[in-house]
Amino acid sequence: MIERDQVLHVARLSRLKLSEEELASMQKDMSSILDHVDRLAEIDIEGIEPTSHVVPLENVLRDDVPRPSLDREVSLAQAPDAADGAFRVPSPQAEI
Amino acid sequence: MYSGDLTAATAAETADLIASGELSADECLGTWIDRAAGDELGAYLWRASRDQADAGTAKVGGPPSGVPIAIKDIFCTAGVPTTAASKLLEGYRPPYDATAVTRVRSAGLPMLGKTNMDEFAMGSSNENSAFRPALNPWDTGRVPGGSSGGSAAAVAGGLAPWALGTDTGGSIRQPAALCGIVGLKPTYGSISRYGMIAFASSLDQCGPLTVDVTDAALMLGLLEGRDEMDSTSVGIEGGVTRPQSEDLSGLVFGVPGDLIAEGVDPGVKAAFEATLGKIRDLGGRIEDVRLPHARHGISAYYVLAPAEASTNLSRYDGVRYGNRSPGSNLVDMYEETREQGFGPEVKRRIMLGTYALSSGYYEAYYGRAQRVRTMIVRDFDAAFEAVDFVVTPTSPSVAFELGEKTGDPWAMYLNDLFTVPMSLAGVPAISIPAGLAEPEGGGPGLPVGFQIAAPAFHEQKLLEASFALEGAIGFDGSKVRSGI
Repeated sequence: MIERDQVLHVARLSRLKLSEEELASMQKDMSSILDHVDRLAEIDIEGIEPTSHVVPLENVLRDDVPRPSLDREVSLAQAPDAADGAFRVPSPQAEI
Repeated sequence: MYSGDLTAATAAETADLIASGELSADECLGTWIDRAAGDELGAYLWRASRDQADAGTAKVGGPPSGVPIAIKDIFCTAGVPTTAASKLLEGYRPPYDATAVTRVRSAGLPMLGKTNMDEFAMGSSNENSAFRPALNPWDTGRVPGGSSGGSAAAVAGGLAPWALGTDTGGSIRQPAALCGIVGLKPTYGSISRYGMIAFASSLDQCGPLTVDVTDAALMLGLLEGRDEMDSTSVGIEGGVTRPQSEDLSGLVFGVPGDLIAEGVDPGVKAAFEATLGKIRDLGGRIEDVRLPHARHGISAYYVLAPAEASTNLSRYDGVRYGNRSPGSNLVDMYEETREQGFGPEVKRRIMLGTYALSSGYYEAYYGRAQRVRTMIVRDFDAAFEAVDFVVTPTSPSVAFELGEKTGDPWAMYLNDLFTVPMSLAGVPAISIPAGLAEPEGGGPGLPVGFQIAAPAFHEQKLLEASFALEGAIGFDGSKVRSGI
């Protein structure tokens, strides 16, 4: 069973503010899923290389030619808050 | 005026009617807009007006120009709401089209609407949509599968001639199976993912959900190809042509007994066995094939996919697009935004993935799962030395009831037991309807899917075999499509 403190730690890393109720069900669900996933430990992986993707490609290069990208106005149009041609966010330093 | 019922025609047949002048593209679009307007399945999250459907669609002659398409709400569509069925993106209107969308629209396909799905493509029942579940047109008390559940319900329920979906661990094939239509997950790398909202980038691939195999080939032909906006796209050498095969002589179909030994419903098993019989009737050979690590695919997948999702979804922070929930400082705003914006399954996967990637657990979970993935890739390599195709039931059961599996995440994940191994190996796999089976507990027959997998980039061979087999099976979903 994954510890409650560990769930809280992972929630913080995930930038998720879980309610008390969610914490309890998350602890239960993660534990049960990890029990199944832990069966991977039965497999002998000695000497096996990891696979991160399956495309038969290495570096993909293109010529470094400047070209237009999205206009500033278009880029900002979907922002929840924008001002002076920039995204606006709450202060990082403000106290909770 | 065309007097026939367009829901009885495939997309290819409709394209031919337009090309021959028997049906005008205008009339065709009007008919399908009316059909989509009658959506009682929750298949659509957004429906286009006639002008919206045509805007951005090229006026080109020749098939399949004029046959409208439904698009999973995971694809960015310029100026048109794109939510991935998440509250976090409610109201978002992307500034550009995904390449897959550009490709179908430049072939002259109007866009009927954006289809329902599990939030960020995480789910196997469409019940994780933040807005509403989609329903199975064969039995509206049951799920259409997921995550491309709205796309599958739209095609099977006669609300669209064909639809675009995405598949990370089975999200095209499983809903196609549960709704009695064809769903193709092409080889990883065959189609551009530019503008397709990312879930698990080493696995995500888009593909067609269609009435039959010919339509799947037709749509794949439009979609495949290299795109300089997606460096992982390589296309399919030689392209894709309309399948013509009528028999399967000389072809060997491998049945991975160790993968499908347990957990398959009796009705699904019977339909699977009957389909093997049809393969033999067409001159194909059935052989046992071993995929010794494939049964572990589901465990590896539920480490790898959440890990990739946890990084991909870190972009939803309430700064550049999407919805923001107020917070007293920057981090508080991030946490509130994500807490309010994401649904339970998405949070579960972000948490699992973050845990698997966190210091002290990385090697035990992510590193190990990547190595098991290598073993599964090798299993397929070895299998395809001996056989032309690997075949399984697409899903262990027929469509289940709404709410039946929502309480137990792992029971839901097991829907993907037979589709996940192909995703991990990156090989193409198709689900075609194999007949009907009674659900557990009895009741009218529901569709069963038959999955066929081929070596990477052998789509043409896969489509030819599927076409021949489809003819022998003779599945007919037209009553459900017309709504009679």
